Amino acid sequence: MSTLGRSAPLAIRPRFADRQIRGFSQLVNSASRVIVGFFEWFGSLGIFFWRVVRAAVTPPFEWRELVRQLDEVGSKSLPLVALAGGAVGIVISLEARYSLSRFGAKSMFPATLVYSVIQVMGPIITGLVVSGRVGAGIGAELASMKVTEQIDAIEASAINPYRLLAATRILACILMLPLLTLAADACGLLTGWFAQALVEPLSFQQFIQRGFQGATFNAFVPPTFKTAVYGLIIGLIACFQGMRTRGGAEGVGRAATNSVVLASLFLILADVVLVKFILVVFP
Amino acid sequence: MAIVQDIPKLPGVIAPQSGAPIVAIEDVHKSFGTHKVLNGINLRVGRGETLAVLGRSGTGKSVLLRLIIGLDQPDSGAIRVGGDDLSGLSLDQLGTIRKKMGFLFQHAALYDSLTAAQNVAFPMRHHQKQMSESERADRVQHLLTEVGLDGDLKKMPSDISGGMQKRVGLARALALEPEILLLDEPTAGLDPISSREIDELILKLQRERHMASIVVTHDLQSAKTIANRLALLDQGQVVIEGRFEDLEKSDIKFVKEFLKH
Repeated sequence: MSTLGRSAPLAIRPRFADRQIRGFSQLVNSASRVIVGFFEWFGSLGIFFWRVVRAAVTPPFEWRELVRQLDEVGSKSLPLVALAGGAVGIVISLEARYSLSRFGAKSMFPATLVYSVIQVMGPIITGLVVSGRVGAGIGAELASMKVTEQIDAIEASAINPYRLLAATRILACILMLPLLTLAADACGLLTGWFAQALVEPLSFQQFIQRGFQGATFNAFVPPTFKTAVYGLIIGLIACFQGMRTRGGAEGVGRAATNSVVLASLFLILADVVLVKFILVVFP
Repeated sequence: MAIVQDIPKLPGVIAPQSGAPIVAIEDVHKSFGTHKVLNGINLRVGRGETLAVLGRSGTGKSVLLRLIIGLDQPDSGAIRVGGDDLSGLSLDQLGTIRKKMGFLFQHAALYDSLTAAQNVAFPMRHHQKQMSESERADRVQHLLTEVGLDGDLKKMPSDISGGMQKRVGLARALALEPEILLLDEPTAGLDPISSREIDELILKLQRERHMASIVVTHDLQSAKTIANRLALLDQGQVVIEGRFEDLEKSDIKFVKEFLKH
């Protein structure tokens, strides 16, 4: 025992120290890979964005594809966005009525609903729904085209894929998001009023009058049109993830998932910045 | 090394025109990460000539074609098409040069949301906007007939066989009447009869259109049938370049091994 007690630290200590150093160097390597990967991703996104902008502003313009994408992003997302907007209207109506009653401020209900839907929930819900439907669709479609060499075939046919595939999709997202937000807002107000009217009779005209009383341009227009930025984020990230895909079916799945996750994340982060920006610029 | 003017006529293959090469690959190197794929390649292809690039899988044959059409960039060296160096060109500048080239991908790479006819019409729709719909439809019909397809114009790519997909891909590659045809494994994955049909089709197109062609293949029989000249690649370098007879006479161990299989 005494021999073991004396010799063991000498024999074990170097191995233990080696393991410690190896573990630490692995940790440093992993951390540096993550950091390099992070900056690489942003750098590649920046280059991609620059190529798309350059392709978008130089002729020939792909009007036909743009119209197809407007339909794909706009018309086909409308039912889902309307449904989500409607559901949010009911939820806000129920919550607001309960909370306002507790504080004796029931007369504030129309304004609370209008402001909540138009300034906060309508834009973000529309962004997240479109991010899920369109972001995943664009990501998977372009990724599938990439792994089957269809994007290479477009390029080999002397057609700029950034113009044909990316610019049209991103532009369609930018143009359609504010319009879809208006639709979500309209549905939210309608269902919110309806949920209230079932409990306490209130005409729609009265509801709108009280809701928009004293409302200014700055209160409603900037929050609606900030969704054009959401459109840019959704379109850009989905196209970027799709067009850089590698690795067959697994790569396609990864591109679709990453498109939705990253677009939703950046959309929420952008909302934080945009809300502050709107409050400062459009007080 | 054989030069373009010295290439004798092979049975069924038209003799190349003399003059400056339409495609020149000069000391091209290409790596992917630490893996060196091309290690100083020099090749020249003249107008009306067909060069077959042979080699084992993974020797960079397809990469070479991608470099020629500008889908990838070489690490060093130059690629000249019709005298123009491809390095440093923007996508739109490259587009002007790419219009001179037709590319048949290994798996055809047809647009899966378009029918066979729409696939062939796709390059024309973008580059020949002055063409009326009926003119375009006639041209598509003519191209599909030329590659031996008459019926299946409205079928989707997923509904036609691999051989038919290659034919549609070939018709699409010919849509802009290219001066250079790049074929990546045109007979890969096809049965022997379809392979020979594709070979005959390529020979027919050479006779009728007199294009320069670069065919990447590991099908020795196909290369022997359609090419004026063959280049055998190994470990990123051209091991031998010449007529099929030159390869047969070679004492190089790798060449002998390759011809044996």
